[in-house]
Amino acid sequence: MDNDVMMYRTMCLIRRYEDCMAEIYTEGKTPLFSIAAGTVPGEMHLAAGQEPVAVGVIRHLRSDDAVTAPHRPHHFAIAKGVDLGRMTAEIFGRRTGLSQGKGGHMHLFDPQTHFSCSGIVGAGFPPAVGAALAFMKQGRDNVAVAFAGEGAANQGTFHESLNLAALWKAPVVFVIEDNHYAISVPKAQSTAISHNSERAQAYSIPGVYVSGNDVLAISEAAQEAVTRARQGHGPTLLEVETTRLYGHFQGDAEAYLNAGEKESWRQWDPIRRFRAELMDRQMLSEEQDERIQAAVNQQVDDAVRFARESHEPEADEALRDVFAEA
Amino acid sequence: MATMPMRKLTMARAISEAIGQEMARDSNVLVWGEDVGIYGGIFGATQGLFERFGPERVVDTPISESAFIGAAIGASQEGLRPVVELMFVDFFGVAMDQIYNHLAKNHYMSGGSVRHPVVLMTAIGGGYSDAAQHSQSLYGLFAHVPGLKVVVPSNAYDAKGLMTAAIRDDNPVMYFFHKGLLGLGWMPSDDLAEVHVPEDPYTIPLGQAQVVLEGKDVSVITIGAMVPKAVRAARTLAQEGVSVEVVDLRTLVPLDRDRVIHSVKKTHGALIVDEDYRSFGMTGEIAAVVAEEALDYLDRPIRRLAVPDVPIPYSPVLEQAVIPSVEKITETLRQMTQ
Repeated sequence: MDNDVMMYRTMCLIRRYEDCMAEIYTEGKTPLFSIAAGTVPGEMHLAAGQEPVAVGVIRHLRSDDAVTAPHRPHHFAIAKGVDLGRMTAEIFGRRTGLSQGKGGHMHLFDPQTHFSCSGIVGAGFPPAVGAALAFMKQGRDNVAVAFAGEGAANQGTFHESLNLAALWKAPVVFVIEDNHYAISVPKAQSTAISHNSERAQAYSIPGVYVSGNDVLAISEAAQEAVTRARQGHGPTLLEVETTRLYGHFQGDAEAYLNAGEKESWRQWDPIRRFRAELMDRQMLSEEQDERIQAAVNQQVDDAVRFARESHEPEADEALRDVFAEA
Repeated sequence: MATMPMRKLTMARAISEAIGQEMARDSNVLVWGEDVGIYGGIFGATQGLFERFGPERVVDTPISESAFIGAAIGASQEGLRPVVELMFVDFFGVAMDQIYNHLAKNHYMSGGSVRHPVVLMTAIGGGYSDAAQHSQSLYGLFAHVPGLKVVVPSNAYDAKGLMTAAIRDDNPVMYFFHKGLLGLGWMPSDDLAEVHVPEDPYTIPLGQAQVVLEGKDVSVITIGAMVPKAVRAARTLAQEGVSVEVVDLRTLVPLDRDRVIHSVKKTHGALIVDEDYRSFGMTGEIAAVVAEEALDYLDRPIRRLAVPDVPIPYSPVLEQAVIPSVEKITETLRQMTQ
């Protein structure tokens, strides 16, 4: 399969996964919504609409390159190749999950694909710099990528990490995924500069702004940034504009959105646009697309079935893994 | 390596020797933090390491504690074993998220698949008029959060063995050295901390308390700089015919409950002494352990000495009034054994 079609396929897989999670999330939560109830209890932050960021950047990474992701992590995890069944089982709180049900959807860890995430805004920047430092010290040509929302760019960790990475010429790429809102607060009300990419100047590193939520443009910018890091030329800050098609979390009434804002995002759906583009370029046919849709549906169904059929953990699992044994 | 029969080292030297030996043994052991390079650490804990291992492995960082402590998280995930210094425990506030939400929890949240072999070391304690933001102990805060091991050595021998064990441990270890035990020359230091230290590497397992003085009439359970103070108090009491047992916990996490309970069952009395704040801390925890498991063996109430829930004051007179002293320990033991 062509690289672009592969990217399209991964974007479709992510979208299908997030739509499916949105549906499953409501199970057991009606008629009265309770965050604690249902197949998937707790908070749920979905990334539909933000697929181009994950796919466009991670296509340039190897499985032993490190990724740190934020509280909205599914698209990054899927693009990085985290096992979909074990990830889903984790989100369902089952014993076959990545962490035997001790992490949940905001705390997905997969050493095999060097993927981790955190529920704390801006917390992934320092560990990414640390992973990059390890690569340098060990003479590996790996790269670390820290993904975070535009709200995270106002955290001290962002600025401390950019300075440190620039100082050390660390092989790290910082990606600010700008979906316009930090929960409910629009960027204009939280950020004194119109483009976070300009903050790179303060640390003498390249800052690149990619508009349009366009996977090919993101991929092109990311290729340069990743190559630069891998070749030992230091960090890059990428700012990628994107759209959040669900709310901050499931159950968010989104009263803070302007009238028609969501509709315009939906009309500008990055997957639909990319599909049209691939068809225009005759790289994708209707028939091929149907096969892709069937395949990703099957993949998600399999993962969900695996999670549903998995047992819940034994209660005393809660007492394990506080400390590593020698 | 030839070991002199009675080579005495200061605690600062013992710590830097342990780190140096582990760096020589394992190329993944790196040191970073503020002023750890040419300066050798403000308290000398990294003395000589820069000269020996160079800037590639002994790295001065900017004053960006979240970034350089958080970097230890990612670096350890990718195979390094960082030893990171943050000068004073009082400075940890700005980096706590990386510590208590990530370093401490990632192993658990990952179902055991992620390991963080990281040592975070820092200076604690007062006694030299550095006031409320440079004199705290605070290890109780870190011991409260699941997932961090907590080490507080009381002398040079333990300092080396515990540091070696901490570096070889696959878990995050918070290593607290008391400024008043380091033998720095430019601030008061208890000479009981400067003891024989073998040159060859050795480990002291984390979680093993040490009976520093055997006794039969009452137990003092303590840690860090309060250990030599308790020993001095016990010596005074010995002259008065009272036999005091001094238990040095050495680590708060893991906590050697058995050693505490064993001692209290023997002496039927417990005085718990700490330089950390009194409420919700080490003294309360040890008192609870004794109450849960040896209450019937007590023939008098448990007593506690700790900083009485006030910030550490500046003026020497005020500071001495709140940090448990040899005199206060002695007097309390007298009251308990009369």
